[in-house]
Amino acid sequence: MNDTVGIVIVSHSRDIAKGTADMVRQMVGSEVKVAFCGGDPDGGLGTNVPLIIEAIDKAWSPKGVAILVDLGGAETNSEMAVEMLQPERRNLVVVCNAPIVEGAVMAATEAAGGSSLEQVRAVAEELSAD
Amino acid sequence: MTLETRKPNGEIVTGSVRLIHSAGMHARPAVKLTKLAKKFQAQISIRAADANEWINAKSVSKIMALRAARDSIIEIEASGEDAAAAVAALIDLIAADFPDGGQ
Repeated sequence: MNDTVGIVIVSHSRDIAKGTADMVRQMVGSEVKVAFCGGDPDGGLGTNVPLIIEAIDKAWSPKGVAILVDLGGAETNSEMAVEMLQPERRNLVVVCNAPIVEGAVMAATEAAGGSSLEQVRAVAEELSAD
Repeated sequence: MTLETRKPNGEIVTGSVRLIHSAGMHARPAVKLTKLAKKFQAQISIRAADANEWINAKSVSKIMALRAARDSIIEIEASGEDAAAAVAALIDLIAADFPDGGQ
């Protein structure tokens, strides 16, 4: 099987992150690796850098990983998580500027066709282009 | 459902099919259609019959925005080496009401 770009979903709410991942799996299928994280370790709302790194590892693909985030902290913590990756992985992970649910479904659809990380990101970001 | 080659040299293949999906062209069918289209090398465009604009069948965001209603006719046009196979496969997908799995 060809490698496809992996998808990571980072929300302040674990339920939203999980629900988004479920939508991706059901709508796009299982050929794209999807990982998610959400909430702080105490079960409240928030995002957490170690959990994001763990999700990136789970979704890892030689073609790279596209991260979809919800609000503010999810983006900054995701960027921090990327910074903390091994240097050779850093350039293979992008945080997409896209709505979390629509972006995840569209990014995964594009990834399923074997597209590059840049193509996957571009498709997700089409949604915020206007 | 129709399938024809418009030009004798096989450059452009066109087809049309009725959209029988109960909810029209919404998110899930759009993802399936796009994924299938991407398996072909051909350039593939679709439109709801009589719409002005042709849409790239490989662009999931554009297909999702197609908003074709149930019972509308979907037109497909493709060019390239595997254009005929692409049009036939997409017609099958739509005519079969976007079945799960397979492809």
